[in-house]
Amino acid sequence: MSKISPFWVSAAVVLAAGLAFTEIVENQYYFTAIYLILQGLIMAVAWNILGGFTGYVNFGSAAFFAVGAYTAIALDKALGLPLPLLIVAAAAICGLIGLGVGYLTLRLKGVYFAIATLAMAIVLETFITNWSYVGGARGAYILTPDKHLWFDSYSEMLFMLMLVLAVVSVAISRKLNFSRLGRGLAAIRDDEVAAECAGVPTLRLKLVSTTIMGAMMGVAGAPYPFFVTYVDPLSAFNLFVAVNAIAMPMIGGTAHWIGPVIGALLVGSMQEIVKVNISSELNILIVGVMLVLFISLAPQGIVGLVQKHFLKRKA
Amino acid sequence: MVTADLLANAVVAGLLLGGFYAAVAIGLAIIFGQLDIVNIAHPAFIIAGAYTAYILNSRFGIDPVLIGVLAAPLFFLAGAGIYRVYYGAFERTGQESLSGLAFFFGLMFIIEVVLILVYGVDYRLVQAGYIGESWRIGFVDLPFRMLVPFVVAVALTAGIYLYLARTFTGRAIQAVAQDRLALQLMGVNPIRVKQWAFGLGIATAAIAGALLIIIGPVEPSVGRQYIGRAFAIVVLGGMGSISGMFIAALILGIVESLVNTFMGPSWAPAVAFGVLLLTLALRPSGLFGR
Repeated sequence: MSKISPFWVSAAVVLAAGLAFTEIVENQYYFTAIYLILQGLIMAVAWNILGGFTGYVNFGSAAFFAVGAYTAIALDKALGLPLPLLIVAAAAICGLIGLGVGYLTLRLKGVYFAIATLAMAIVLETFITNWSYVGGARGAYILTPDKHLWFDSYSEMLFMLMLVLAVVSVAISRKLNFSRLGRGLAAIRDDEVAAECAGVPTLRLKLVSTTIMGAMMGVAGAPYPFFVTYVDPLSAFNLFVAVNAIAMPMIGGTAHWIGPVIGALLVGSMQEIVKVNISSELNILIVGVMLVLFISLAPQGIVGLVQKHFLKRKA
Repeated sequence: MVTADLLANAVVAGLLLGGFYAAVAIGLAIIFGQLDIVNIAHPAFIIAGAYTAYILNSRFGIDPVLIGVLAAPLFFLAGAGIYRVYYGAFERTGQESLSGLAFFFGLMFIIEVVLILVYGVDYRLVQAGYIGESWRIGFVDLPFRMLVPFVVAVALTAGIYLYLARTFTGRAIQAVAQDRLALQLMGVNPIRVKQWAFGLGIATAAIAGALLIIIGPVEPSVGRQYIGRAFAIVVLGGMGSISGMFIAALILGIVESLVNTFMGPSWAPAVAFGVLLLTLALRPSGLFGR
């Protein structure tokens, strides 16, 4: 491939625009708002690797996110590691959790995996609540470091970090979508028995995708303590995180890698607008209602609607 | 220190709690165990039942158990309606595994958020003459707030068991779980049977909710702790077997009560997950698998 693909060009443009944004814009609100949207985007992309590509539902996204955040808190407190290492550690631990839960339940019917993730969230929350080293039920305060590279503030640096992580996650998801592995996952989603008969190593592929999903969600969670400076089990294990991770890909469209990106940008920006202009409680309700409406009326999401429109035109 | 009376009290409290868990799980034993519909919103319906009991009890002072029984037909209609939507949007097109799951997840979330929006996150409770009373047999305490739910739950379980085993509709429900096509050949519409059964399952949530709020104060997010419990019981009980479900509920109740007494109440929610994972890993067909 001598030609540079449009994807990498747009990725470079997005990163350059992000850098320029930190130089030009002064109002810190924009950085926090976009940080939250990007956080949702990474979670949605991660969820989609298992949910959209493989067809297995993870309800415990909030648990992976929270374990990522708490890994960062614990290692920051114990060893004072720099943020990039904390992110790597969170990815490793959450990837292992994904692998473990997957290994125990993915050999059975898909619903058991879904239920197990839901129950896992409760258990991990119980565990963190009882772990006094990271604050237990009272929560933990994090001091943000004074240094923030060449950026004007710490939140600008976090914003840029999140942008890089988001671009990397989308690139991984895109790569998976078109790779040999991705085709194996699609075969599992469409008909697991047929895939198994055709020689697709289904269990191994499913475990690979749960591990990647868990690791990516841990990555999304690791910078969170530095972003909010105070984390308690209730806020980290918030059901809202899990609902967003499902709603964004479902609304955008699950079969294609661009679906969760569209869904996350759309739902995420809408949430920020509603939160500021109307109320944050109503905002939560809107996502739930949108999720139910979309899966009932447009199960293929926005990408599906667009594809249908184009196919009709051709015919 | 493990003393005999502490142990005896923990076991008796666990039995009472387990009986109540049977009321929580019985609707799911029908909906998930028999119909194979993964209704993860079931605990949310139980919370809705608890709030129904709270509203009518605080306004008119009606007994919570009576409210549960009176609200059951309304819940039945709601359940039948929800099954219609579920069937039309997902089951008919074969999308129940992904979209159907997300549908119930969204439904659970909506119920919880609406309750929070209307009633806030404060704990709500009901008033009744027997709450706070207790019997004492030897050194074993039998508080009425646990005993009443136990008795009602056992009656409910026995009623559903007899209904499924003895009546025509009940047997049709069991038949639709076993062989849909055969039922169709007998001239019965499987969709209507499933709709009826789904309604029945949701109706039990009205009663379970009333029992839940008798046991202790309730706030909207409590429901999530019952998802793991209810599914653990149904899976351990062997999917859809009512008697197996009842024994599994008692086992979970006793184990939780022992953990509660000897390790502390904050660990109790983790028990159900442990039971669920162990069952899935070692014996996925449950204790009394069919």
